[in-house]
Amino acid sequence: MSGNHGECCGGGQCHGETPAPKTDGQCCGGDEASRRDFIYLAGAGMGAVGAAAVAWPLINSMNPAADTLALATIEVDVSKIEAGQAITVMWRGAPVFIRRRTADEIAKAKEVDAQVETLRDKQLDADRVKKDDLLIVKGVCTHLGCVPQGQKPTDMRGEWGGWFCPCHGSAYDTSGRIMAGPAPTNLEVPPYSFISDTIVRIG
Amino acid sequence: MSGPRPAPGFKNPIVNWIDYRLPLFTMMSKEYGQFPMPKNLNYFWNFGAIAMFMLVTMIVTGIVLAMNYTPHAAMAFDSVERITRDVNSGWLLRNLHMNGASFFFIAVYIHIFRGLYYGSYKQPRELLWMLGVLILLLMMATAFMGYVLPWGQMSFWGATVITNFFTAIPLVGDSITTWLWGGFAVDNPTLNRFFALHYLMPFVIAAVVVLHIAALHIHGSNNPLGIDPKGPQDTVPFNPYYTVKDVFGLLVFVAIYAVFVFWMPDALGHPDNYIPADPLVTPPHIVPEWYFLPFYAILRAVTFDIGIPGTDVVFITAKLGGVIAMFGAVALLFVLPWLDTHPVRSARFRPLYRLAFWGLVLACFALGYAGAHPPEGINVIIGQVATVYYFAFFLVILPLLSRIEKAKPLPASIADAVLSKGSCCAALVLALVLAAPAPAQAAESGAPLVHRVWPHQGVTGTFDRAALQRGFQVYKEVCSSCHSLKHLSYRNLTALGFSADEVKAIASNYTVMDGPNDEGEMFERPALPSDRFKSPFANANAARAANNGALPPDLSLIVKARAGHEDYIYSLLIGYEEAPADFTLNPGMSYNTVFPGHQIAMAAPLNPDGVSYADGTKASVDQMAQDVVQFLAWAGDPHLEERKRTGLAVMIFLVIFAGLMYAAKKKMWKDVH
Repeated sequence: MSGNHGECCGGGQCHGETPAPKTDGQCCGGDEASRRDFIYLAGAGMGAVGAAAVAWPLINSMNPAADTLALATIEVDVSKIEAGQAITVMWRGAPVFIRRRTADEIAKAKEVDAQVETLRDKQLDADRVKKDDLLIVKGVCTHLGCVPQGQKPTDMRGEWGGWFCPCHGSAYDTSGRIMAGPAPTNLEVPPYSFISDTIVRIG
Repeated sequence: MSGPRPAPGFKNPIVNWIDYRLPLFTMMSKEYGQFPMPKNLNYFWNFGAIAMFMLVTMIVTGIVLAMNYTPHAAMAFDSVERITRDVNSGWLLRNLHMNGASFFFIAVYIHIFRGLYYGSYKQPRELLWMLGVLILLLMMATAFMGYVLPWGQMSFWGATVITNFFTAIPLVGDSITTWLWGGFAVDNPTLNRFFALHYLMPFVIAAVVVLHIAALHIHGSNNPLGIDPKGPQDTVPFNPYYTVKDVFGLLVFVAIYAVFVFWMPDALGHPDNYIPADPLVTPPHIVPEWYFLPFYAILRAVTFDIGIPGTDVVFITAKLGGVIAMFGAVALLFVLPWLDTHPVRSARFRPLYRLAFWGLVLACFALGYAGAHPPEGINVIIGQVATVYYFAFFLVILPLLSRIEKAKPLPASIADAVLSKGSCCAALVLALVLAAPAPAQAAESGAPLVHRVWPHQGVTGTFDRAALQRGFQVYKEVCSSCHSLKHLSYRNLTALGFSADEVKAIASNYTVMDGPNDEGEMFERPALPSDRFKSPFANANAARAANNGALPPDLSLIVKARAGHEDYIYSLLIGYEEAPADFTLNPGMSYNTVFPGHQIAMAAPLNPDGVSYADGTKASVDQMAQDVVQFLAWAGDPHLEERKRTGLAVMIFLVIFAGLMYAAKKKMWKDVH
């Protein structure tokens, strides 16, 4: 078997042809060829496994690092926000809007509730707030990530009195729901909880 | 290229379509499929492929490291620490990169000595050789600038010393050096440009490697006999014969590399580089990385001015002479093909040249030894003798042998030659093993350290959680009144076995400054787990002022940053004694057996029962010292356990893979030999 193989492939007569595994089959005994195929497959397989195992740490190193993740919680004192005022805080490198809504703004949000079936992202105001007067949403337009205007009374707030994104014209209501424009979903409500009446932990 | 082109004959139509328009597949098949290789290459011919692999490894790991690195003098050191502590797999990437530099040089140095031994630089491969020397030069520049980036003490002072080479140039030297620095000393602008260039140069190297390979494929590889293949009977196609052999050799090499990456990542570096750069203090033993030691020794070998003896006339100062000699040592390699004009390539048939070659290997190791040790006494002589031999080899011995050496008869062809293998390989491998990098830090003056077997050492050693918790208690109740631990956050304590709530409780005992608040005021609040350990002093000056002028070092990296590591810290903590009668102790200082100079500003920190351990362990000085050393070892190397675990998996994989490739190689080659 080996002698046959040697004359055929190793000794030079075959030289010039590519003794790649496929041509081996034509050249040598099938047993030998299949053994070599196995070695090729096993070698290539091991190489592929190794490459994948090395690729993962390289890719994963670009995910948030441990110190970045550890900073993913903030605590905010909301006691000083008067009705009609809003503050912007930074959470995970992006703005979070905290608005103390006036009775009028709450009423407007409830009005929109009445036509919830017609909304693009059907959500009741009650599902978006934990206390009626305190609305907490991420200040990131769900279209392409700009910061909508409406935090200051002088800002353009759009037809529904919430926020208006200047980049591509998405308008949000006083519950942060998308009413018009290209944004696909309502302003996201971040996970938060009340540690006390005045302190909110976001994240 | 114009005119009609025959359609390529690949089976896959898409491959055919592409190849007709851009013949990549034809090229790969020609250069790496059927490319005729001499069939008698030994394992030394693996190192080109291995060097290529290392270049790719360095570029890939370097790119992801650069994504997390900050090239600013105030932040670089901390950003590297953050990579090893917080970035996902950051410890692995950094270990791969910093040890990769060493292993890249190992591969390239073996590659170069192989070329020397077998005369691979001779006609018609002169340009191939010169491109290789150019790659070596570029590698040296890249490695040097890369070593500066962590901005430790060795980084900073290495950069200072190397850039000061240029001050040796008459007239314009100072201007050139100022230009290199972008200031009046190595500083932030220097770090910035070194980072930019360190990122650029590997791609320049890659481009020269392409030329190097292109030149190689014109005349093909040399071989151990140094005679040209006379026909197909002397060659085998590159694939599969050398692909399999290269892969096997590469896996063995990678396995050795992995031992360093996973079990001794700092063995090839210097403890001093875990001390942040300090422009006011030079470390006592400043040594370059091992791969520069021979050149460093040549630099230091020129200790005399060259001029007219007996007068004050100096043509070349010792300083300039050293720099010229060092650069000359590399420059000589460029003209090697014209220094050795002997028609026979391989040292196998040139007994005199072979002798001289081994003399050169010996001289290089002697230079490495001289470079690693302080320039005193016999070390200087060794360096000078080896330097003389190095230059004599190229400038005297080679030209002389080219004329007088009568070579042994060459075999008629590769196929005819009886392949005698092993002798030279064995010798070179043996030489490399024996030359295991000499410890660059000579033992500090002082009593020998007390050596202990620490539970976290060894191949599979893990931290003793109970000891870590006790050690943390010692740090908290004793050390932390003076020493910061600024690279750690309270959240890291979960690794000691504390629960998240316990960590929160520990953190809340500290108040940290935060702000500014809405009124613009800074305010204090209880620390959170995400906060860094609170430092006892606001800044270094405050720390000095409160400690008699001595700065208590940050302890985050203290175990890594001191030669002797755990044993040194332990020996220091238990090394307080009454000063001998004839010893003059300065006021405010304490006598310590292992501290350099024996005078230490820190009073004996540990007293019996200085803490009361929660777990009831008796708090003897020895016990507390052991515990706090283990805690500090963890603080410096928090991923130690994960590192070793990963290493075991990697080694098992490599051994199986290499075994498979070895079997494949044996089978494939048995009829060729």
